[in-house]
Amino acid sequence: MIRLSHVYKSYPNGALALKDVTFRIERGEFVFLTGHSGAGKSTIMKLLFAEQKPSSGEVRVSGYNVSTLRVDEIPKLRRRLGIVFQDFRLLEDRTAGENIAFALEVTGARSDTIAARVTRVLTQVGLAVKSRAYPRELSGGEQQRVAIARALVNDPAILVADEPTGNLDERATRGVFQLLRDINAGGTVIVMATHDLDLVRQTSYRTIELRDGSLVYDSALDDADEAEAGAAP
Amino acid sequence: MRLLVREALLSFRRAPLLSTLSITTIAFSLFTLGLFGLVAINLRQALHGLEERVEIVAFVLRGTPTETVTLATQDIAAFPEVQDVTFVTETEALARARAELVEFRDAYRDLAVNPLPASIELRLKDGYRDAATVERVAQRLRGFGFVDDVRFGREWVQKLDHLRNVTGVVGLVIGLAFAAVAVVIIGVTIRLTLLQRAREISIMRLVGATNWFIRGPFLLEGALKGLLGGVLSVGLCYAGYVLFRDRSGGTFAGTIFFQPQHLLFIVLFGILLGLAGSLVSVGRHLRHV
Repeated sequence: MIRLSHVYKSYPNGALALKDVTFRIERGEFVFLTGHSGAGKSTIMKLLFAEQKPSSGEVRVSGYNVSTLRVDEIPKLRRRLGIVFQDFRLLEDRTAGENIAFALEVTGARSDTIAARVTRVLTQVGLAVKSRAYPRELSGGEQQRVAIARALVNDPAILVADEPTGNLDERATRGVFQLLRDINAGGTVIVMATHDLDLVRQTSYRTIELRDGSLVYDSALDDADEAEAGAAP
Repeated sequence: MRLLVREALLSFRRAPLLSTLSITTIAFSLFTLGLFGLVAINLRQALHGLEERVEIVAFVLRGTPTETVTLATQDIAAFPEVQDVTFVTETEALARARAELVEFRDAYRDLAVNPLPASIELRLKDGYRDAATVERVAQRLRGFGFVDDVRFGREWVQKLDHLRNVTGVVGLVIGLAFAAVAVVIIGVTIRLTLLQRAREISIMRLVGATNWFIRGPFLLEGALKGLLGGVLSVGLCYAGYVLFRDRSGGTFAGTIFFQPQHLLFIVLFGILLGLAGSLVSVGRHLRHV
């Protein structure tokens, strides 16, 4: 589903954000992307939804080669992804339901299907009763749930979440994280950037750690090494 | 399509002050342009009146048979540039002089011999009244053996030509300057709307909206502002015209207002300006987000 091969990313000011990063994420996986601020997590996220292009190397997402993607192909890729941010990015002057419907309208969904699809995802995130509430009337956790519902409404194969619990208290964090786990259980790939190590340690999901733009740890490779060592005589 | 219209109208509701400012600015830009247009069409109308008075007179040699001149007159009437030809006999010339030149009535009364020659007077069609054409036709008239002299007020025709050219150039320059100002103003107001809605645009892009989908409502908004500004400017122009005509104490009673096609042009021009302004602003904005 996702493949990064020897990816380098440098910015015009000369800063090197990624150095030779290579990994693959397969269908159905839940992957944590961890590391300190500035480690390169957000850069990888931006590469995944083609907000940026790699300086060299190859980034493939859901069949699209981000390195060579034309401007008119970017919307096609993004319609196959769900994207969630730390700051929710909801439109303040629209209700929860309208925020989700907006994502369908701008992608040209049939208008007679929109209401049912909005209700379905709001129910999925447990906010069916808050459809008419404006973001300012919702708690942080609820706003993030609405953002997740918006990301899910186009039935994406991959959900990219950049620090989705970064602005939430512990209880809301648990709720949002459980929601992401449920979504993953349905078969959607989840790539979640986080610096919340407590959250990472709670589960046995694959973890990729970045430091100064380099991939320094991938639990999938570690597990494979251990399996290999265990199998050795 | 419904979403496109809804989003475009929403921006009017969200930022009524900014929208009103945009429309008013467009209206005043087009109003200024329209006032100049009014001056131009009235000047053209006045010039047209003067142009109609451009006349070529070919004096006929004394003793030329009337039949010869009458036949030649038919040939001259067939020139593509000629609107009408009149043959004025010696007797008619004298009668006209007596009627028109009242001061010399006594001098013309007791003449034994008529001193005035017969002449062929011709007027040219609209569009052929420039100096070059007048000279060309005069040259052709000189080719007739019975023509003694040709007169047409060379300087007068050249001055008219010059005036027409100057009016055209000044109109074009001022018109383009105002159009450029209107485009910039519309561009700035659309840019303000874009900045106000930057967050919304970034969200639209993240959920997979195409650039043309994002542009759509802004282009429609620009076109609508142009349309409303255009309509308002037409109203202002009319009010200005009526006020000027009625307050001039009859001096400018004969001034004319725009024809329906001119009004349509102003409104369409407003729409075009609105579209151009928003296209530039949206294009620049989308490149930078």
